[in-house]
Amino acid sequence: MSSMNTSNLTKEMLTKMFADGKRFDGRKLTDMRDFEVEYDISFKAEGSARVKMGKTEVIVGVKMQLGEPYPDSPDKGNLMVSADLLPLASPRYESGPPKFPAIELPRLMDRMIRESGMIDLKKLCIKEGEQVWTVILDIYPINDDGAILDAASIAVVAALHNAVIPGIKDDRPDYENRTKDKLPLSDETMPISFTFYKLGETLLLNPTREEEEACDSKITWGISKWNKQYMLNSCQKGNETVFTRKEIEEMVKILPKKYDETFKKLEKFLK
Amino acid sequence: MVKRTSGRKADEMRPISAKVGIVPNADGSAMFSMGKTVAIAAVYGPRQLHPQHMQKPSTGILRVNYGMLGFSVDDRIRPGPNRRATEISKVTEMALLPAVDIKEFKNTVIDVQIYILQANAGTRTAGINAASMALAHAGIPMKGLITSVAVGKLDKDLILDVDDVEEHFEDGEGATDFPISKLYGTDKYTHMQMDGKIQPNQVGKVLDMADKAFDELYEVQKKALKGVVEEEGK
Repeated sequence: MSSMNTSNLTKEMLTKMFADGKRFDGRKLTDMRDFEVEYDISFKAEGSARVKMGKTEVIVGVKMQLGEPYPDSPDKGNLMVSADLLPLASPRYESGPPKFPAIELPRLMDRMIRESGMIDLKKLCIKEGEQVWTVILDIYPINDDGAILDAASIAVVAALHNAVIPGIKDDRPDYENRTKDKLPLSDETMPISFTFYKLGETLLLNPTREEEEACDSKITWGISKWNKQYMLNSCQKGNETVFTRKEIEEMVKILPKKYDETFKKLEKFLK
Repeated sequence: MVKRTSGRKADEMRPISAKVGIVPNADGSAMFSMGKTVAIAAVYGPRQLHPQHMQKPSTGILRVNYGMLGFSVDDRIRPGPNRRATEISKVTEMALLPAVDIKEFKNTVIDVQIYILQANAGTRTAGINAASMALAHAGIPMKGLITSVAVGKLDKDLILDVDDVEEHFEDGEGATDFPISKLYGTDKYTHMQMDGKIQPNQVGKVLDMADKAFDELYEVQKKALKGVVEEEGK
């Protein structure tokens, strides 16, 4: 049944296997699952993308609205990231007010994108102090089979690249007549998120839901390139179990390799 | 006769497509699209019902949630329930309930989750069509499939399957929207709503048009369900 929890027996088995560097699906501990990107989920969206990574599936849509800038950044457009963990996507998700995972996901994505400088928000200013574009990202898991955050980060980047700015008519967005302009995005900087999970003494990347539920702890990293250098843009640890210095150094060492590997695959879809 | 901007005949539906088994986590799932309107549905259950006080010792219950994704419309919708979504959820629940036989699943719930990816009129009917297939895919005992379509009226003329442009028609008697669902193969209409202007003696014609559409819809649903059975049987 869809609602079964990971049993202690499975957890014990996984702990042993991970210690030997093995996984149920034959991947190595830091192997990612392959992914695919599709576009045009909704023609009403300014841009949209679907990422399928193994059985995990996430869709992201970009909407744009006209509004006032924030007082502390009168010459910059706004970015807003929102996520809804739809009960459609997993027997674990429940309706009702958002719980922590539903708050963490968009906040991590927001920080990753904002801090990387991927979007030149200044170019989204129409009239300083008065009118700017607000870019809204809506993230929805469709099937959560683990690593939803990392899959979402790929979908976010793809959807932003897919977006086209609407026209403006009578001071309102004209969604019917879009311009030909893409969003002001950096050619070089494209952040991707990687979440390391820990079970016993072992670290692994890109878990399936079963593996994820067996794990004790996790850390999410957002990484990109800026002026030809790798840049970590965001980081957040979850759960109670600790990470050692050795483990942190190990993660940071692996991250650039994983970034290059994933970026190469993503680049193929960004046309 | 008012000419339809899409060039469709009065009794012609938009192109329909359906796919079953789109959410592997779910016990049953389906996508249904008519023209540019796209709905997805997932079914979880029968499973234990929380909060416990809602449990019914005499039967299982059906619980439907309908929602639109933020980017499914021009002016972004805030996530979460609103009055329209709550109403459609309830209406959909009542549309589906006559098709399922869940008396034996005492104390449990069957959750039906419906979301609209792209809205271009007819989202509730698309959602019902998707949910009906998802229930069948989940192996829930059913008396039949529910088929759903909206008949409309532009000025004085009846048309099938109203689209976005037609929904905003303003000339003459304006636009009427008349969504109907039926337990296919029976004489049981499980859902009917209407807003606009329509003469009482036109309602018979409305049902005729809908019934004709149901034949077509049923074939598409059946084909999608058979397709997934063959695929999963491999």
